[in-house]
Amino acid sequence: MKNFNGKVLFLDRSDINTDEIIPAKYLTEITKEALKPYLLEDLSLKGFDNKEDIKDKVVVVTRENFGCGSSREHAPWALEVNGINVVIAESFARIFRQNMFNCGMMAIELPKEKIDNLFNNYSGSITNIEVDIEKAKLFVTSSEQSEVIDFELGGFDKVLVQEGGWVNYADNRY
Amino acid sequence: MGKTLVEKIFDAHRVEQPYPDTHVLKLDRVFCHEITTPIAITDLMARGKDRVFDPSKIKAVIDHVTPAKDSKTAEQGKILRDWARRHEIKDFFDIGRNGVCHAIFPEKGFVRPGYTIIMGDSHTCTHGAFGAFAAGVGTTDLEVGILKGVCAFKSPKTIKFNLKGSLQPGVYAKDLILFIIKELTVNGATNMAIEFTGPVVDEMSMESRMTLCNMAIEAGGTVGICYPDMTTVEYLWEYIKDEFGSKEEALKNYSKWVSDADASYEKIYEYDISKLEPMVTFGYKPDQVKSVNEMTGTKIDQIYIGSCTNGRIEDLRIAAGILKGKMISDNVRAIVSPATPAIYTMALKEGLIEIFQSAGFCVTNPTCGACLGMSNGVLASGEACASTTNRNFNGRMGKGGVVHLMSPATAAASAITGTIVNSQLYKG
Repeated sequence: MKNFNGKVLFLDRSDINTDEIIPAKYLTEITKEALKPYLLEDLSLKGFDNKEDIKDKVVVVTRENFGCGSSREHAPWALEVNGINVVIAESFARIFRQNMFNCGMMAIELPKEKIDNLFNNYSGSITNIEVDIEKAKLFVTSSEQSEVIDFELGGFDKVLVQEGGWVNYADNRY
Repeated sequence: MGKTLVEKIFDAHRVEQPYPDTHVLKLDRVFCHEITTPIAITDLMARGKDRVFDPSKIKAVIDHVTPAKDSKTAEQGKILRDWARRHEIKDFFDIGRNGVCHAIFPEKGFVRPGYTIIMGDSHTCTHGAFGAFAAGVGTTDLEVGILKGVCAFKSPKTIKFNLKGSLQPGVYAKDLILFIIKELTVNGATNMAIEFTGPVVDEMSMESRMTLCNMAIEAGGTVGICYPDMTTVEYLWEYIKDEFGSKEEALKNYSKWVSDADASYEKIYEYDISKLEPMVTFGYKPDQVKSVNEMTGTKIDQIYIGSCTNGRIEDLRIAAGILKGKMISDNVRAIVSPATPAIYTMALKEGLIEIFQSAGFCVTNPTCGACLGMSNGVLASGEACASTTNRNFNGRMGKGGVVHLMSPATAAASAITGTIVNSQLYKG
């Protein structure tokens, strides 16, 4: 399994689309690693610096409809090669969400009030989130406070994460 | 309790249901293009599993960057081309015979009512116009599709639009879908199929239905779907005539691919669209939609007519009908991309290409081209494009540019004026 424990990048916006996550002009790359410098290059978010802000991050916390638009799996790959294996949001676009689990990564949905609380209580400080897949719990910690948040993980999503993605799962089964 | 069309397609294709909300379906078609397929191919090779489940069910095209613009895109084309040859994938469309995937695959008769189809392209939802379940997927789903001929989906939910009345002159399927996306918002149909029904859809050509279904994804929808009818049969007839004795027999066979009257929907919308005006987007989300009249006078720099949304013959006829005998404004540049070679040939024979060229349009080869700013027609920062495509995301056609989505009629009229304008201004 991938690493699901580390520092949080807060992206305080809804409808962040796959063109923003990885612009189409980089889709000519044929290795995942080549996408690394371009993650979130076109993100429209005041004060965001894609060179500095994504360093050492493992978890993204954001708002509604993350990953809308194109089907490009380059979006999860660009996150993955930067060490980001978890996105926590109010909701996801279908294809992006499936692409995350298909890669053995996690797209975790939380209700609006829990997302609001994460932004209100943690976005100003260095925050760490550890995902416990067995217990379906998030351990959130900053220098000032900490809490445990329950989340829902479907059976199929869980097995994809445990088996390292859909190709491994499907190849063993079909 | 009756079933929706998508539920019926799931029932007919289910391999297993490993979890209550997970349905693994057998695939009738796996469509491939050169942007999202090469990494699936190289991964299969790296795993020592360079195989395909059924070469006759896999169709491939180079469409996003064609001709190749640099070494990287040449390499992507080569990976797809070599793979298609290696596995004897007969339906592979290379430059000269290639077109925009969601235009050329239906045109070749590859899409049939009741089919399951995946492609590594979000606008795969277009093919629902034929009464198929067609969904955009990522490269990993595509890879498993290529290898095993299956794909997993959540339990299908459907919302239904019952569209009554009639479209006014100058108002087209594009205006209707922009209006619907505005109503649904960009995630109003996430994880759902959008069924388009009613007299308005019954009257539509397959081209218009494809325009409607193409943009289902812009509301988050998995697929846009229409019931097959005689219009569907007529469109497919060349490819199905050996299968059925008559068009009536084909229609009878396809008529099982409709929803039951007592099917269960997430929501049903009823609209009389007789008063609908031409629509256009502003901003950077496809649900940011206003009437053309509200946006009249907005300055534009480039016009683009083409794409899987509006690059078909009907679209070119409508645009050329407005441009005939006129010149585009000195303040704009304009590009038209017929979506397939067959459309290009028809447009030549009908004199449409001459009209576009005389009006000052650049006519490109069939390609996805300017739509996603990958190969041609890229905007400079601060520029605006009147475009018949499907996405107006920030940077979509070039960093710092703005895309206004609209119908081919509105785009053609706006080319003449140099600002966004209602096409009725130039009605013949």
